[in-house]
Amino acid sequence: MALFIEQLVNGLTVGAVYSLVALGYTMVYGVMRMINFAHGDFFMIGSYLGFTLVSSALLGGAIPLWAALIVVVVLSMAGVAIIGVIVERAAYRPLRRSSRLTAVVSAIGVSIFLQNAVMLIWGPRYRAYPPWSVPSITWQVGGIYINFMQVLILAVSFGLMVALYLFVQRTTVGAAIRATAIDHDTARLMGIDVDQIIRLIFLIGPALGAAAGVLLGLYYRQIHFTVGWTYGLKAFTAAIMGGIGNIPGAMVGGLLLGILEMLGAGYISSAWKDVFVFLILILLLMFRPTGLLGERIAEKV
Amino acid sequence: MAERMGGYLSKWGLHVIIGIGIIFPHVAGNYWIDVAVFWGIYVLLGLSLNIIVGEVGLFNMGHSAFFAIGAYTTAILSERFGVSLWLLLPLSGLAAGVAGYILAKPIIHLRGDYLLIVTIGLNEIIRITLLNNPWGLTGGPNGIIMLDQFRIFGYAIQRPIDFYYLVWAFVAITVFVLIRLQRSRIGRCWNYVREDEIAAQAMGIDTRWAKVVAFTLGAAIAGATGTVFAAKLVVISPESFTFMESVILFCIVILGGMGSIPGVILGSAGMMVLPELLRNFAQYRMLFFGLALVLMMIFRPQGLWPSRRWTTILREGEGE
Repeated sequence: MALFIEQLVNGLTVGAVYSLVALGYTMVYGVMRMINFAHGDFFMIGSYLGFTLVSSALLGGAIPLWAALIVVVVLSMAGVAIIGVIVERAAYRPLRRSSRLTAVVSAIGVSIFLQNAVMLIWGPRYRAYPPWSVPSITWQVGGIYINFMQVLILAVSFGLMVALYLFVQRTTVGAAIRATAIDHDTARLMGIDVDQIIRLIFLIGPALGAAAGVLLGLYYRQIHFTVGWTYGLKAFTAAIMGGIGNIPGAMVGGLLLGILEMLGAGYISSAWKDVFVFLILILLLMFRPTGLLGERIAEKV
Repeated sequence: MAERMGGYLSKWGLHVIIGIGIIFPHVAGNYWIDVAVFWGIYVLLGLSLNIIVGEVGLFNMGHSAFFAIGAYTTAILSERFGVSLWLLLPLSGLAAGVAGYILAKPIIHLRGDYLLIVTIGLNEIIRITLLNNPWGLTGGPNGIIMLDQFRIFGYAIQRPIDFYYLVWAFVAITVFVLIRLQRSRIGRCWNYVREDEIAAQAMGIDTRWAKVVAFTLGAAIAGATGTVFAAKLVVISPESFTFMESVILFCIVILGGMGSIPGVILGSAGMMVLPELLRNFAQYRMLFFGLALVLMMIFRPQGLWPSRRWTTILREGEGE
């Protein structure tokens, strides 16, 4: 039972990170009907920016460590959001009117480009967040151990998710996003600047991915320029689980996937945990591509 | 013969290229011969993927999995049972083809980008399986050392120049067969499915069958190429079959031009030979190709050397 609860907490922690990345996939898909294959790389760049900021003088002790870490997260989010907007303008906007597969190939090109840019800037080897970047505080709650990073990850990611949910559901701009997701042309007739909305999506999505990147970098400490694809694929699985295009779905899907993965790692074998995730992905796409929460959408003929 | 090159080259052009090809290894050093050998291997892989991605328009980005199945089948059977490589060439092709058939059957109905994701997933599953050394078969991260070589009447093919002729002979045979195939009934079916699946179905083409055949055939050729690769590389380990390898193959087909055989040869020269020529910029290779993919999609989606029956899949909008 202790193992079960421990893996549940680990799963929730990783799952919260998957949710943040999955939101980027799902929002872009919702508005543009396109899988942004470069999204995992926004996550990866976030973890590298966070690494540089943490290693710089920022954690000098002028402010408490947890506050400094939040500043690092916010700065990385801002940096990656700028990259996201540039990518949209340069690589996706010219292809808005062409076929879906053209945009997919372009996104793959962006992904290869970003990965190699990071490799050239930060070097091809694994980088590690310095050990002093995270306080080694552990609390014991009812027989299980929870450490500082798990609390930080859960707090930051749930905070961001609630903020996003309220933004999309309660504000005028949020309503404009939802309208654009339903129909571009009608939204345009209603006076919504669709280009502006898409730019906004490419600001929010990559920023959330970057937050996830910094948090996971602090949690596992090791980062590498190729991890974007693996985590991207997992987060995409989460987005599919919740029904792609569905914002609360991505949140639930991420948590569910994290828990399933960690239970699989704990009870069956950790060497095969990625295989479970990819099997889930393949089975979902084969049998229920609209997700566990999604409704059936007719294929356009 | 010129006619059989699909009308891409004149008779004289073809003769000159074959002549240069035969003389080349006698003029060049071993290093450049090796570069040409790997180029040839990537041409074979690119051609096999071109059947799936180029001819039928199925976005497969896990192709190195089938290549891996072929290479591992060769290495395991050769090391454990001493099976001859000439026999393993069709056997590895068969193994990869069967795997391709079994894997493609349930996923082939998926739409373009979903199929892409599933094939990436399959690639990762197969790579992790090789890494985890099931039943002690694959040797885990260290892989397998395979000492046997192709032998012709007792003469072992070991020197770079021998490999050069072997690999490019395979390329010539494959190109010949594929050009015939392009013009056959099934080849035209494939293009029809790529251009308009619903119309093809309405014309009575079993599109599912056409797609599965393409997938199986592509996987089988990649598997057979795995045998040549194993003989050349000696050490077969999971790191040769990463997802990045699949991405490179995918780029070869897209950059060269979907469904275009000379496009594949050109595309793989771009991926394998060009970086050797520009060694000072070698680390920028993938950066450059990422950029090239984006620019290509914006300005020239049909590829460097487009197929004659050229494709609309990357050209026309599907609307929103």
